Amino acid sequence: MTTRSSTSRSAGADVAVRAEGLHKSFGPARRRTTVLTGLDLTLHRGEVLALLGPNGAGKTTSVRILSTLLAPDAGRATVAGLDVVHDAARVREVISLTGQYAAVDDKQTGAENLTMMARLAHLPRRAVAPRVEELLTAFDLTDAAGRRVGTYSGGMRRRLDLAAGLLAHPQVMFLDEPTTGLDPRSRQTMWDVIRDVVARGTSLFLTTQYLEEADQLADRIALIDDGSVVAEGTSSELKRQVGDAGVELTFATVADAALVAAALDLTRDGTRLRVPTDGSVPHVRSVLAAVEATAVVPTSWEVRAPTLDDVFLTLTGHTARTARATATDGTDRADRARTEQETAA
Amino acid sequence: MTAQTLAPPSGTSTHRAPGPARHRVRHLVADTGTMIGRSLRLVRRDPDELLLAVLLPVMMMLLFVYVFGGAMQVGTDYITYATPGVILLCAGYGASNTALAVQQDMAGGIVDRFRSLPIASSTMLTGHVVASVVKNLVSTVIVFGVAFLIGFRADATALEWCGAIAMIVLYVLAITWVATFVGVLAHTPAAAGGFGFFMLFLPYVSSAFVPPETMPSWMRGFAENQPITSVIETTRGLLVGTGSDGSPVTDLGPTAWLAVAWTAGITAVFLVAAAVAFARRRRQ
Repeated sequence: MTTRSSTSRSAGADVAVRAEGLHKSFGPARRRTTVLTGLDLTLHRGEVLALLGPNGAGKTTSVRILSTLLAPDAGRATVAGLDVVHDAARVREVISLTGQYAAVDDKQTGAENLTMMARLAHLPRRAVAPRVEELLTAFDLTDAAGRRVGTYSGGMRRRLDLAAGLLAHPQVMFLDEPTTGLDPRSRQTMWDVIRDVVARGTSLFLTTQYLEEADQLADRIALIDDGSVVAEGTSSELKRQVGDAGVELTFATVADAALVAAALDLTRDGTRLRVPTDGSVPHVRSVLAAVEATAVVPTSWEVRAPTLDDVFLTLTGHTARTARATATDGTDRADRARTEQETAA
Repeated sequence: MTAQTLAPPSGTSTHRAPGPARHRVRHLVADTGTMIGRSLRLVRRDPDELLLAVLLPVMMMLLFVYVFGGAMQVGTDYITYATPGVILLCAGYGASNTALAVQQDMAGGIVDRFRSLPIASSTMLTGHVVASVVKNLVSTVIVFGVAFLIGFRADATALEWCGAIAMIVLYVLAITWVATFVGVLAHTPAAAGGFGFFMLFLPYVSSAFVPPETMPSWMRGFAENQPITSVIETTRGLLVGTGSDGSPVTDLGPTAWLAVAWTAGITAVFLVAAAVAFARRRRQ
């Protein structure tokens, strides 16, 4: 359900976040690396949008621009109708950002971290303690509230980090790769928590490199590749094109793969072919029958859930891996530099 | 999880207070207070910092008085000569460690969160600076304590004591702002730590431990004119009333004003430099 303020109903009242033609490059003129090459996207109020793409595609840069941390070189972005560059201070009143690296102090306890963030978010003085208590309970951290965050598990840190982002009831939340590095069980817990948050009507802008995560959480998915959105749609629209699962066939030679690809009208990735399927026995059997009819024998085949690469291959004609290697070498370097910095700390 | 907990703004009592336009100053004061509280807590809970703040002063005092002290001929008791130097050495080194704390914040995710909040995120730096002053005053008290235990006697009026403490605070402020600037720029903890190394040695090439007259002329020129020397001379003049050659000081005025000018100037320059660097690094 969408919550709309009757006072601010205007042409864009329905839009939580809008980016138009965002460009961003880093570094000195001679070694300039371009990260965003005209990014357009829209997040509607009460909606969850997942920006899905490989490392180095420009996801974090997009989030940093939209959350006022970075100014774009060109293009324009608004959050709740406010310009992220010229109205940065007011944008910060309505957003929260939970970055890729937990933004909490290891040497403070969970409760101290939340209290500090609540004060900095300018909650009324008397509201701080009850609100902190409330979120500790909601995120199942009450028992750990008095312990230093340095002793927390990865999942607990992420939950605390997310709780910190919710203290001031943001209208728009930005989550940059919320489950990267978490084990499957913590990831599941994190998804449940995020689902609860969005079920109450908060608009959520999420980045991820996991198709499954985008599928689980998002109303709409925007595929980002080499700094711009290359495909966009609801999760079911994308899945209709990619399939719930795929029969993946590997051939001995490119020629073999090309022959079968032509016969079955598919896109080929080297010696690999992928046929979307619902995974049912009759359908898989019919796929294999069609392959058999070409008289080319695959060296191996398997049925598996689609990956980010499959989505890219189906929707853009090339894999995310190739996109990364050829197009955004520089971005990768920028990302690596940042990662090194994080690790060093 | 209740609907209440996670609901979007609905005008409840937990909704954010009115925006910065009306309450700018009040928010700035409150935010700075919150950041100071944070930095003090971080310092208090860092075992390395604590150990350093307590152990370094004790070891330095003992080293200078009992190891080097016997061989030194400076015209007065060596403990009287060297105590102000040990204080400034420890305080300067302690202050330089602010670079590490700032670097850690800049590299971690927390600076991004602060920047996405409706606060002046540079209050994060102010928090570290104030915590550094508090930490180094504690460290200074420890040096004085050890010094008194092993025979240091000050010859200062209450006013001179206040002047000496003020001089030490000014010195710590100056070094801390330089350290803050280094911390904002440094990309690795090692780079930030390099400043501490530098600050651990700079006081030796001053009048802190030996009269500069004993140094070769090229080094002497630096030692006599570097900022630390004026700070040392002022502190020593106020506390024990002697100069770098061990003779009584008659007019401390010019030296004191020079020391104040140096420390205030360094503070002003590096405060601005740190703020500018902090604002610029957000665009990278």
